[in-house]
This record gives sequence, structure tokens and C-alpha cells, in this order.
Amino acid sequence: MELNRRETLALGLGAAAIVALPVRFAAAATGDEMIAAFTGGAAVAEGGVTITAPEIAENGNTVPVAVASENAVSIMVLAMGNPTPGVATFNFGEGAGAHSASTRMRLAGTQDVVAIAKMADGSFARAAATVKVTIGGCGG
Amino acid sequence: MTKLTSIRTIAALAFAGSIALGGAVTADENAELVINGELALVTKTAAPDHLKDSLDEIYSGWVYRETDTQAMQMDDFDNPGMVFVDLGMDAWNKVEGTENKSCASCHNDPAESMKGVRATYPKWNEAAGELRTVEGQVNHCRTKNMGAEPYKYVSGDMANMVAMIAVQSRGMPVNVAIDGPVKAAWEQGKEIYYTRTGVLDLSCASCHEQNYGNYIRADHLSQGQINGFPAYRLKDARLHQVQDRFWGCIRDVRGEPYDRGSPEFTALELYVASRGNGLSVEGASVRN
Amino acid sequence: MADGVKPRVKAPAKAAAGEAVVLKTLISHVMESGQRKNKDGSLIPRSIINRFTCEFNGTMVVDVEMHPAISTNPYFEFEAVIPATGELKFTWYDDDGSVYNDAKMVTVG
Repeated sequence: MELNRRETLALGLGAAAIVALPVRFAAAATGDEMIAAFTGGAAVAEGGVTITAPEIAENGNTVPVAVASENAVSIMVLAMGNPTPGVATFNFGEGAGAHSASTRMRLAGTQDVVAIAKMADGSFARAAATVKVTIGGCGG
Repeated sequence: MTKLTSIRTIAALAFAGSIALGGAVTADENAELVINGELALVTKTAAPDHLKDSLDEIYSGWVYRETDTQAMQMDDFDNPGMVFVDLGMDAWNKVEGTENKSCASCHNDPAESMKGVRATYPKWNEAAGELRTVEGQVNHCRTKNMGAEPYKYVSGDMANMVAMIAVQSRGMPVNVAIDGPVKAAWEQGKEIYYTRTGVLDLSCASCHEQNYGNYIRADHLSQGQINGFPAYRLKDARLHQVQDRFWGCIRDVRGEPYDRGSPEFTALELYVASRGNGLSVEGASVRN
Repeated sequence: MADGVKPRVKAPAKAAAGEAVVLKTLISHVMESGQRKNKDGSLIPRSIINRFTCEFNGTMVVDVEMHPAISTNPYFEFEAVIPATGELKFTWYDDDGSVYNDAKMVTVG
């Protein structure tokens, strides 16, 4: 039997899906559930918060990410494609300068990273960035 | 193409996914490595004389990395490897062993006493009549002068110490001796470098001399220079010593690696270091 | 307490009154996610730093809730307003109950 590249890829994807299914069902809280818990189900507007992450991450284990929102009291960062999506929630105190923060996160693969900001007036805002995670050639 | 060569090629391609040809040497050819806005490092220069038949220019692994990874090495706070340099400094001042000494008891301030060490090792030790790595010298001191237990050759403690020692030479050109008493070891290292090994039948040169600048899957192949070691690798967020990297490479070509700290790997370390004579010492560097 | 945990902090020694200064922190910590398996196939239990705080003279600057997707050797960068001479206090809270501290004086004037 000879397979061309496309067919080989399709087989690989099928196998990956079968393996991935049980993990999906076992996941604790999804990103959407975490957002609902953070907002209490309130409406979330687009904009009013920024998220900065590389378009292509050389290694998913250490990916820089920065969030900022002038009027936010808290900003939650979620890696929507991780088995446990929580990255961090930044709560800004009275002593904070600009309401911005950076950290480094782990991404299980190419996915959207989402920031949800809780504003001083109780409203919520959302921004997202897609990060492509490359797969290295050498485990070394 | 003989049958044997074609099998070799297929094996190599299976390993690599594919090596994409024609890629630029680096994402930004003109990127310059300046640490803390003040210490400019040499990341590309003319190849040393002994390499002139194979390479015109030599490049630090830094030039093959993505912008974010490059930036992380340009500030000693953003560089996560530097916290391990701090831990190495703590160990430097820690009294251990039967002689009740620390490294500092004899060597005082490493900024003075260890300056230039990383740039010239592996180096011939006349008294012992052997080629010695920085790791070997650290353990010699620990056992003979401090009466302390040696560190495991590849370990967190050893990586911290050699990283701290490397930082003292940062910016100095790598300048290992390749003749005189080390000539035989250097020749042995060269032999290992060019010998194909493992199920994939690849030598160091297959990737790092013949294909640097190309992609191996999504990884940008470097020249395999070791001027940046120990290197903080983002993939597992820890410092890697150079012989541990050799070990990983040979495992990846499905070969049987020499022991870390063995005479064979020390000979290879000398040879590979000499291919980078002229590049700046960068340890602790940041790599993917 | 996990082995080899060491905090680093970068803060300016001096600031103008009311100036917002950039702070950077890093702490060496393995941040075991609870997702990885041992060679024998058993799950390695989660062991992370789950909270980081920075205060200036007792006023909260930032209080961070941390999850397993934070990278090994957690790094943060943020800003604090320095109204007067005082002390920045940095605290990391480990899953195992350990607490790690660092502090920096900032002089105004």
C-alpha cells in the first residue's frame, strides 16, 4: 500500500482524535466555564483590553505574553487549548502603575490565548491572540 | 545514487521531516547581540584557519533563533539562566568538605580569578597529563582541594557552577589551543565529528556543517557552536551543559552516546569549541 | 520547600515622587503542572507556586493568581507607583505551604 503525504496526514489526525477524546471528557473546567465563573455570566465586550503574544512561538514551553487595560481591576489570561486553560489572573491594587503585566506561559499547541478584563465599573472586556507553536526537529 | 545512500537519505529525511532548502541564514541577518545595552558580543566572524576548507564564516547559535528568544538573552534579568548563575555564586561561597574550604577560600572573587577560563577550556593540565573540561576542573578542586564530594558531571549543581564561571568570560573570544599536547585529543574529536553514527547514520557535520541555516522540521539548524554553553533551553526551562547536548544529539540520531565526562566527549568538546574560536563566550545563553 | 528556589527582583533604587516604575521578578521553581507522567507511567503530582504578590509600604501593587500554565521559573513584569521612600515587598506562595520573600528599598528624592 502506498500513501501520499495527504493520506498519511489524514491517518495521523484520525489517530490523534481517538487518543484525544477521553482526555477531553476528563478535563476539569473548560476555558468557557472559567470565563463564565469570572464574569458571573455578564456580557463581555470586545476591545478595552490588549493581549500581546508572538504569532509564532519557537517553543511552547516558554511563551511571552503581555496584557494591559487602563480601567481594569483584574485581567484573567486563558490558554484555551490547554488541558487546564488557566494561566494567571492579575489583580491590580492601589499601588499599581499602568494596569499591565507580562509573564511567560506554557502552550500545549497552536491555539488562542484570551484575556478577560474586569473593569472598575463592573463591565467586562475581551481580547484574543492566536499563537502558532512550532514543533522542533530535535529533542536533544 | 547507490541503494545504500538512498536508504540513508530516507532515514535522514524521516528524522528531519524534511530539511527545507534555501532558507536565509538568519531571520534578521543584521541582528546584533548586545547584553544589557552595553556588552556587544561577536556572533559572526571569519572561520578559524583550521576550518577554512569547510566554512568561510562561523555563526553563534543565537543568530538562528526567533526574535523573542534572542531578546531574552539581551537582558540579564530577562535571561532565566541568570538565576542559576546566582545559585552558582552561592555555591562558590559555600564551605564544604573535610578541608573546611569554599571555592572562594582560594579563588576569591570569580570576576578576577575565573576571567578567561571558559574561553580556553577544555585545556591541557600539565600536572595531571590530561585534557580537562571546566566541569573536570571543578570536580578536581572539590575532591583534591576541598575534600568534598564531586558533583555529578551533568547535574543542576554542576550546571550552576559552570554557568557562573562562564559569565566571568562573557564577551571574550573563544580561544582553545588545538596543538601541542592536545593535538591527539583534537584529532580524535575531529574524527568523532565527521563519523556517521546511529540508525539514522548522521554525523555532527551532516546537520551542522552541511545544513546549517536550513530547517529540520520547524527548527532552524545552527552550526552547532558551543560558545553559548551552558545554555538555558526554553523547551525544558533549565541549563544544559555542552556534553549533555552532545548526548542528546547522538540519542536523537538513534546512536549510542559516549558517557558525559568521558575522554571521547571531552575530545569532541575541544574540537567543537575550536570550530568557534573567535566567537564570544555567551554562557549562560538562551536557546529554544 | 522545593529545592533550589531562589527569587530575583529588578527594581530601581531611586524614583521621583509619584513615579510609576517597572518591576521584574523571576523565581527558580520547577512549576510541576500535574499533567506529566513518570517513566513508570504514574502522574507526577502538581507542585507550583500558586500566588504572587507585590506590596509597597503595605499597599497592594499586584496580586497574581497563578495556574499550571505558568512556565517553569515564573517571570513577571509590571508597574508600581512610588509615592515616597519605602519598601517593595515580594511574596511567592508555594502549593506545599512554603512562602518565599524578597524586598527592595526605593528612595524618593
